Amino acid sequence: MRMNGGHALVKALEDVGVEVVFGYPGGVALPIFDALYDSTSIRTILPRHEQGAVHMADGYARVTGRAAAVIVTSGPGATNTVTGIANAYMDSIPMVVFTAQVATPVIGTDAFQESDITGITLPITKHNYLVKDANDLPEVIAEAFHIATTGRPGPVLVDVPADVSKTEITYKWPVTVNLPGYKPTYKGHAKQIKQAADLIAKARKPLLYAGGGILASEAWKELKELAELMQIPVATTLMGKGAFPEDHHLYMGMPGMHGPKYVNYALTETDLLIAVGVRFDDRVTGKLSAFATKAKVIHADIDPAEIGKNKPVDVPIVGDAKGVLASLTAELRKSAAEPRTDAWMKVVDDWRARFPLHYDRESGALMPQLVVERIRELTKDRPTVYCTEVGQNQMFACQYLRLREPRTWASSGGLGTMGFGLPAAIGAQVARPDYLVIDVAGDGSIQMNSQEMATAAIEKLPVKVVILNNGFLGMVRQWQELFYERRYASSVLDQNCPDFVKLADAYGWHGSRVTSVGELDAALQAAFDHPGPALVDCRVVGEENVFPMVAPGGSIDEMLGGLPGGPVSDMMDDGAVTEVWE
Amino acid sequence: MKMQHTLSVLVENKPGVLTRVTSLFARRGFNIDSLAVGVTEDPTLSRITIVVGGEDTSLEQVAKQLHKLINVLKIQDLDPKEMVDRELVLFKINAPADRRHEIIEIANVFRAKIVDVGRNTLTIEATGASDKLSAMEDLLRTYGIKELARTGKIALSRGLRDGA
Ligand SMILES: Cc1ncc(C[n+]2csc(CCOP(=O)(O)OP(=O)(O)O)c2C)c(N)n1
Ligand SMILES: [Mg+2]
Repeated sequence: MRMNGGHALVKALEDVGVEVVFGYPGGVALPIFDALYDSTSIRTILPRHEQGAVHMADGYARVTGRAAAVIVTSGPGATNTVTGIANAYMDSIPMVVFTAQVATPVIGTDAFQESDITGITLPITKHNYLVKDANDLPEVIAEAFHIATTGRPGPVLVDVPADVSKTEITYKWPVTVNLPGYKPTYKGHAKQIKQAADLIAKARKPLLYAGGGILASEAWKELKELAELMQIPVATTLMGKGAFPEDHHLYMGMPGMHGPKYVNYALTETDLLIAVGVRFDDRVTGKLSAFATKAKVIHADIDPAEIGKNKPVDVPIVGDAKGVLASLTAELRKSAAEPRTDAWMKVVDDWRARFPLHYDRESGALMPQLVVERIRELTKDRPTVYCTEVGQNQMFACQYLRLREPRTWASSGGLGTMGFGLPAAIGAQVARPDYLVIDVAGDGSIQMNSQEMATAAIEKLPVKVVILNNGFLGMVRQWQELFYERRYASSVLDQNCPDFVKLADAYGWHGSRVTSVGELDAALQAAFDHPGPALVDCRVVGEENVFPMVAPGGSIDEMLGGLPGGPVSDMMDDGAVTEVWE
Repeated sequence: MKMQHTLSVLVENKPGVLTRVTSLFARRGFNIDSLAVGVTEDPTLSRITIVVGGEDTSLEQVAKQLHKLINVLKIQDLDPKEMVDRELVLFKINAPADRRHEIIEIANVFRAKIVDVGRNTLTIEATGASDKLSAMEDLLRTYGIKELARTGKIALSRGLRDGA
C-alpha cells in the first residue's frame, strides 16, 4: 500500500495494537496528526502540556502493562517530554514517544524548533531512534514497541523528521524484528533456582522483598503461592505496591525510609532476604552497610545489571519474576519443603502489634492520614485505582491505603516527580473507564500539572483529586523542621492560593472544601459518586510529619518518630522474643 | 581492585552507537584512557576497543550496562596475558643533518619506519604494544619531538582461546 510517512506511522501504530495516543501537535508533526485524524481504532487524547501526555501514557501503562504512544512536535514539544520520559525510565514503564523533528536536510543547522532530542534522551530511554528513511518506519515502530514492552520495560523514543513523514512509501506489514544485540533472559538458571529453593527450605526468618518487577511480569499469583506455601512475610516496595494483597496476614508493608517500623525490623533481622524485581534503592536500604546484614540474599531480576549493583548477593538469578517464582515454588513442592516460620511470624506479629503506624487521632484536627484512611474505607467495595503526587501525600498514601488488586496503583518512584499524579490518573482512567480513579495530591504538586484538569473535563474522564492541602511543600518543610532548625526556606505555600474550589469550577469540575473532620466523609463520598471529575480541597493540619522516618543515610532500624522502640538489635533480646530459633 | 582493562566491544555499525557507548562510561564516572573504532570483517559490525581503569566492581557494572545497549552485541574484557594488542604512533622529530643517522638507528631498533623526510625533520611510524612505544618516545624526546599522534589501542584475543 502506498502512503506517506505520517500515515505509515499511524498504520504501524494500529498494526502494533496501540489503542490510545496522547498527542500534542505542532508544525512539523502535522503530517502525523493529519493521519491520526482518520484513525478509527486509535483514541487520540489532547493533553494541555507535553509532560502531561507522557505521564498519561505512564499511568495507562501502569494499570494495563501495555505501551501507549505519545506524539509531540519538535523543539519545545520534544523537550517538554523529558521529565516524563525520565520518570518512566526510572520506574521501568513501557511507552513509545514519537517526536517530530525538523527536515533531514536542515538537521544540525539550528533550524527553527530543532532540538537534538535523541541526544538529550540518550541516558533516559531504553533505546531511541532517529528515522532518516521513511521506508524504515514500520520496522522501527515494531522494534520500538518490542523493546519498550519486553525484558525490563522502559520508554523508547522515535524522532521523525518532517520530510520523512511526508515521503511516499510502500507500507509493508508484518515486519520482522531483528535485534541481534537484544535478547532478554526470561528463564532463571536451574542450578541457581535449586540453590535458592534449598535456602528457602532451610530459612527460619525469611522475608520476601518484592518490587515493580512483580507487576511488570504479572507474577502476583506466583508471589502469593510462594509466600503461602512457605509462610513467608512479604514487604512490597513503593513500586511493588499491589503486587501482594494488603489484607493478607503475610503482608508487611513498604520497606525503607517511611515504612512501618516492623517492616524495617524484619529486614534487619531476616536470615534470608528473597529479593524479586527490586533494585535495593537507597530509599529502601538506608545505610547499605547496615542493611539486612544477617541475611543471605537471593536476588532475582530480569536485568542482570541490577543484581549485585548495590548489595552483594549469595544467589543471583537472572530471569523474569513470574518464571523464577513459579520454578521456586515447584522446586519447593518437589522436595516437600515445609514452612518453618512459626516463631518468626510470632515475632513479626508482635512487632506489628507493638509498632503500628500511628498518628494523633484524638485531637479532632483534620489530619492528612485520616483523609487517606477515609479514602481507603469509602472505596473498600469499589474497584479503585489510586494515584499519588509526590511528598508527604505520597508517603501517607503508601502507608494508609490498602490495595486489594495488582495494577491499581500509580506513583512516581525513582524520579519522585511532582505533578505526576493527575495526568497519570487521567491515563489510568482512559484504560479503566469503570474504575474509580483517585489522585491523592499535595497542594504543591497538583499545581505542577493542573492544566490537565481541562483534559479530564473535555475527554469526560471522571478522575477524583483529593488534595491534602497543608499550605506547605510539606515533605521539604518536614526535612527543614528535622534537619534545618525549622528554617522554612521556600517551602511555604498558601492554603488559600489558589482557591482550588474555584479552580475546579473554572474547569467544570465538581469542587468542594473540607475544613473539619465532620465534613470529610460526605465530601469524599459526593466526589466519588459524582459522574464527572471532582476535586476535594482538604485543609489538613499544616505541620504534620510523615513518621516513622529513617534519617537520610541512616540505618533502617533506627527510625525517628512513631512509637518508641529500636534499634531492633536491643529488642530481639528484651523478652519480646521468647522462641528459641534452633 | 583498581586495574586497567581492555574491553573489546562488538557493536552494530550504525550512526550514534559510539556516542551511546562512550557516554555510558562518562555517566558512570569513568575516564577512557584509549579508544579505537573500526569496521570488522562483517561490514555491518564495528569493534570498539576501550582501555579504561577503575574498580573491578564498578567496571563490571559498566560492562553490564553496556550489554543493555540494544546495539551492543558482545563485550570481552580481554585478559592481558591472552591478547594481542597494538597501537600506532607517528613521531615528527627534530632531525638536523648531523643527527639523522642516530635517529634512523633508533627507528630500526624498534622496527619502525621512516615515512617522511623533511628539511629538518623525520617522521617515524611505529607500531607495537603500549610500553614499547612509550620507551621509544622517551628515547626520541632527547632529539625534540615536534609533533606526535597516537592511535588508541586495538586488541584481539589470542587464537588459542578460540579453540580453532
Ligand atoms: C518536580 C519536583 N520538584 C521538586 C521536588 C522536591 N520535592 C519533593 S516533595 C516536595 C513538596 C511537595 O509538596 P506538596 O505537593 O504540597 O506535597 P506535601 O509534601 O505537602 O504533601 C518537593 C518540593 C520534586 N520531588 N519534584
Ligand atoms: Mg503540601
